Amino acid sequence: MNLIISILSGAIVYAVSVMYAGIGETFSERAGIMNLGVEGIMLMGAVAGYITAVNTQNLALSFLVVLLTGTAFGLVFAFLTVTLQADQTVCGMAMLTFGTGLSGFLGKDVTGVAANLKFQTMPIPLLKEIPVIGPIFFQQNLLVYAMYVIVPLSLFYIYRTKYGLYLRALGENPAALDSAGMNIFAMRYAYVILGCAMIAVSGACVTLANTNFWSPGMTAGKGWIAFALVAFSSWNPLKLTLGALLFGFISCLGSNLQIYLPGVPTEIFSAMPYIATIIAFILATGNFRKVHTAQPAALCKPYDRESR
Amino acid sequence: MKKIRLEKKTTSSGFSVFLNSVLFTGVALVFCAFIIAAVGFNPIEVYSKMFRKAFLSMRGIRKAIESGLPLMLCGLGVSIAFRMNLNNIGAEGQYAVGAIFGAAYVLYGPELPRVPGMVMLALCCFAGGALWALLCAVPKAFWGVDESITTLMLNYVALILLSYLCLGPWKAKGQNVGQTEKIPEIFEIPEIPGLEISLAFPVVTLIALLLFFFYRCTTSGYQINVIGKSLTAARYAGINIRKNILLVLGLSGGLAGLAGFVQYAAVTGRVQENMPNNAGYTGIVIAYLSRFNPIVVIIVSVLFAGLQNSSATVQVMGVPAQIATMIQGAIMIIVIAGDFFQRYKIVFAEKGGKAS
Repeated sequence: MNLIISILSGAIVYAVSVMYAGIGETFSERAGIMNLGVEGIMLMGAVAGYITAVNTQNLALSFLVVLLTGTAFGLVFAFLTVTLQADQTVCGMAMLTFGTGLSGFLGKDVTGVAANLKFQTMPIPLLKEIPVIGPIFFQQNLLVYAMYVIVPLSLFYIYRTKYGLYLRALGENPAALDSAGMNIFAMRYAYVILGCAMIAVSGACVTLANTNFWSPGMTAGKGWIAFALVAFSSWNPLKLTLGALLFGFISCLGSNLQIYLPGVPTEIFSAMPYIATIIAFILATGNFRKVHTAQPAALCKPYDRESR
Repeated sequence: MKKIRLEKKTTSSGFSVFLNSVLFTGVALVFCAFIIAAVGFNPIEVYSKMFRKAFLSMRGIRKAIESGLPLMLCGLGVSIAFRMNLNNIGAEGQYAVGAIFGAAYVLYGPELPRVPGMVMLALCCFAGGALWALLCAVPKAFWGVDESITTLMLNYVALILLSYLCLGPWKAKGQNVGQTEKIPEIFEIPEIPGLEISLAFPVVTLIALLLFFFYRCTTSGYQINVIGKSLTAARYAGINIRKNILLVLGLSGGLAGLAGFVQYAAVTGRVQENMPNNAGYTGIVIAYLSRFNPIVVIIVSVLFAGLQNSSATVQVMGVPAQIATMIQGAIMIIVIAGDFFQRYKIVFAEKGGKAS
């Protein structure tokens, strides 16, 4: 029983650390801008937050720096893809390379330095007493609790508000929105920046919550898993949550099974989340029956008023 | 009163693309100088040390060519896929699997005389990379599964497999590091006599030339270009897209797999735990900067390899080796931004008057 509880609560921790990036990327892609640089921006968020934590010992300030780092990268990415209308795949790869390199470069002084400052587990009184559910859901850190609110909020925003409708239109048919007098460029900038800020928070989950150290490239593909989850969930935050939980479960299952199955090479367990992602991704997005996909129609297409 | 406005360009010459790229690479270097200074190093000292080490000595150039070999093959592989708008981000993994297949052939393959043996080894590496890419090409061709995610995810699987083999069953005896036994001498790629440059270099250059003519002069090459420019037009013209996806991704992966071959048989002599060492990702940057032109890929690869080698020399000053990745990323971002001037030109016009 304890094992199951520890796997499930670990699954939630893992899931949340990819969900910030996943939901951020969902907003960005719903607005028609695909950001392939998730991993790089996550690393930048992770290192920026950690450097601030080491130097100032102020968690709130660290979190603010994380958000600002994401915003800065979002601004650059939006400038390239929205204003300059550059190819989004190539821009994403550029952000990835630059973010990976810059994070390793800036993090040289904090590699192996302990910050001793992170989002501590804060059990919620009363709720934590509930058997099974309590230890799984209500003995987590602040970033996890915030996610409990963000998921329903983002669902409500996308599907039930006026602005959510604009957002969906932005990714499907920006020209129609333009005709209705909306400012396509400002909206896309806003969503790309929001997305990047959330991706950076995912990085903060890694260095300031789940673990408390920094090493170059430590997100180890989490950003890519988040990116895959977005398409896997057909751009729906609720399905994204389920997907993230599934991968969190597989990943924690692996690290726990390792102890009970010493004969099996550990590499099999570490490869499991990636293989599971590939298989699930093929099954979820493969067009087996030639039906319409949920992909925003204008995804990856720069909006150019002149060639409307 | 002058008014500035932007006008769309319809064409841009190869020379202006080149000039633009060089100019904005310079801007990127200046940009990185600020970051280097912000961290507390003297950028001029760092740059001059790097440049001197990498490009101002025969030894530096030789080393740049040598470590550029896998980058060239990855760059060529990536560019053939990108030309068709296939985002093959998996060169890293295809490289690793190529190396794994190569090591497997050396360990378990039949004994052959020198030349056929080496050709077989190369073919094995090619097949390994191609197979790894086809794992993603088949879902793409038949069910439209986005290839960027599947190729990328397989990178992690391939690297885990490689490190398992190098640390486990194939580990060289009496060694602490994860690597296989030294390659038997008959498989080693010889050097060009007198030049001390591996024979692999002219061979890779030949591959680049062949690819260049493949794009220019063959039907298949033409079809790839058409699919890349417009999928609708290609479909209308009756080009078999499914076949081309399989062909191009297979070839792309195979070339990345050959990177494993040259690294194994010409440079390290062993298959190592972390062998690709980001070459697959750097290949993407190289491919883009070369505008997918195979001959330019060779030149840019040597430059990038020099940059990477030189990052090791400034490490003694305390500069992290990631400086190379950072500079590459910055170059790519700023050159992309600069490409705006390929599509638009700035026109100074008299207010109310004609464009001047």
